[in-house]
Amino acid sequence: MSDTLVLSSRWGKPNSAALATYRADGGYQALDRALGMEPAAVVEEVKKSNLRGRGGAGFATGLKWTFLPKDVRPRYLTVNADESEPGTFKDRYIIEHDPHLLVEGIALTCWALDIHLAYVYIRGEFAKQARILEAAIAEARAAGIIGPRLLGKKDFDLEIHVHRGAGAYICGEESALLESLEGKKGYPRLKPPFPAVVGLWGKPTIINNVETIANVPWIVTHGGEAFAALGTGKSGGTRLFGVSGHVNRPGVYEKPCHYGLKKLITEDAGGVLGGRALKAVIPGGSSAPVLAAHEIDISLEFDAVKAAGSMSGSGGVIVFDESTCMVRVLARLSKFYAEESCGQCTPCREGTHWMEGILERIEAGHASAADVDRLEQVANSIAGNTICALGDAAAMPVQSFLKKFRPEFLAHAELHRCPHGDHGWGLTQVTRDAVAGPVRYAR
Amino acid sequence: MTNHPGGVDGLPEELVAKFDRELAEVLKRYPPDRKGSAMIPALRIGQRLFGHASPAVQALAADRLGTSPSRAEEVATFYVMLETHPTGRHLVEVCTNVSCSLSGADQLYAELRRRLGVEGGGTTADGRITLREVECLGSCGTAPAMLVDEEMHEQLTPQKVDRILGELK
Ligand SMILES: Cc1cc2nc3c(=O)[nH]c(=O)nc-3n(C[C@H](O)[C@H](O)[C@H](O)COP(=O)(O)O)c2cc1C
Ligand code: SF4
Ligand code: FES
Repeated sequence: MSDTLVLSSRWGKPNSAALATYRADGGYQALDRALGMEPAAVVEEVKKSNLRGRGGAGFATGLKWTFLPKDVRPRYLTVNADESEPGTFKDRYIIEHDPHLLVEGIALTCWALDIHLAYVYIRGEFAKQARILEAAIAEARAAGIIGPRLLGKKDFDLEIHVHRGAGAYICGEESALLESLEGKKGYPRLKPPFPAVVGLWGKPTIINNVETIANVPWIVTHGGEAFAALGTGKSGGTRLFGVSGHVNRPGVYEKPCHYGLKKLITEDAGGVLGGRALKAVIPGGSSAPVLAAHEIDISLEFDAVKAAGSMSGSGGVIVFDESTCMVRVLARLSKFYAEESCGQCTPCREGTHWMEGILERIEAGHASAADVDRLEQVANSIAGNTICALGDAAAMPVQSFLKKFRPEFLAHAELHRCPHGDHGWGLTQVTRDAVAGPVRYAR
Repeated sequence: MTNHPGGVDGLPEELVAKFDRELAEVLKRYPPDRKGSAMIPALRIGQRLFGHASPAVQALAADRLGTSPSRAEEVATFYVMLETHPTGRHLVEVCTNVSCSLSGADQLYAELRRRLGVEGGGTTADGRITLREVECLGSCGTAPAMLVDEEMHEQLTPQKVDRILGELK
């Protein structure tokens, strides 16, 4: 398996966010190259690359781009930097360490798709990252890389702006993001029509994740086939996997798409904290169904994780050691989904609050075995019955935790208390203090 | 609602002028016929200048962006970073979501509530700090994390939290 770094090779270098160092490292040469190509040829390379969306759904990027209606203008690009799925913390490092890589990716995408206005929708909590990105965009504009001409060479007007959100997980969902960008509350839209057809201000709009777009310069430089070869099957390239929870070395690791989950946890992330035994892993952000310890010897490739009954999603891997109370974890996740449901559809609005309530009661020891069954029924009645995927995202953890750790839920009901007492989150803080060091990434 | 420059429903004139200057910068990012897109930034500017996104601030934003005040209210109440009620001088927001709690955030938050003598969402008696728990901040690899006045602090330890809070006036 190759150790090529597509996204993180410049992270940690001095002044890596500055235009001068980016250029010194060969930055904006992909854009230069693309300006000598037909825009359609750039799209062709992205199709060949087997790049799949890194925002969660893993949809083929090149294919998405072809959904734009041929003759409608203007078209827009919105880059999704909402990064709010619990366990996900990768896009921020691209922005912090290599914002020009994203700017170049945006410029390439806009050139390929004849788009002249792009927004990066960044979550409100990323104040520092918004400043860094705004500075990079301003630098690129001042240097004549974007603006009225691309790279000062080609008459092609391109404006890129940062739009900051204000705290709402649902605004990472693409149609809620568009509503928010239009200055409204983040209510997801009914689909179809999809944003590529009717998007921002009613115009065709491509929405891609930060990491997705940041791959485009490498694809243009090295060719789509070379990118595809970094991965396997229908998934090309590398991915940024974020590992958090009970591991010795939490951090972001860039690995081939089909890297082994077990290896990532036991080798790269240094194994389970304090040498304790592994209990469970959520492999792709909080919405992904949980895997029990014996199920983690799998490839992280999208379809492989799906075959294992979960989702590779946003690449956020959350690790739980043997001391964790799975009821407590699920109760906290359900609180999150209840908090973040936009309230537009009844099954999601009501169901997420019921699940939160039942789980609080189970954790506190006030529930019966019948409540555990009821919890499962509520989850089943949300799944598939909502406007957007948040409903499913709330149901999947519940369904999978019950499937794999039901005896723990029943034990709470029988004992009328949490068997873990005050230590349901594991005995972590002390050990963590000893290992707290600089953020680790991708080495 | 009056609509002459700098005279909006009891908001101090010089601050309204400042609001208009800052908003003019933000509006450059959106097509001239899409001013409504600046609702979140407008409310944030208002919140910073006037303390919180009060109904008067909502009305000001709506007026300047050519939308209805009810649109502004909808937005102000939807997003957790927009405050429709006064808060303390400082806002301390601790992430208690899963990755942070696996690294001790739950205990840290309990300890903070005890020390500051407030429940979640409450403000200290001297009006210095509003404390609340928030959802995942995208810092799970550097957990636990919190926001203090919208700036991120990561890899928290009890000592680090002490130091950060000690610096708040
Ligand atoms: C509830 C919800 C939250 C989401 N949050 C994010 C997010 O924070 N970042 C992101 O890139 N995609 C998020 N998505 C996925 C987006 O809707 C969309 O699929 C993605 O941005 C498309 O980009 P990609 O094809 O490059 O992955 C979310 C989806 C849902 C249903
Ligand atoms: S599924 Fe939930 S978040 Fe999505 S639109 Fe319906 S209520 Fe809103
Ligand atoms: S869980 Fe706290 S930052 Fe993600």
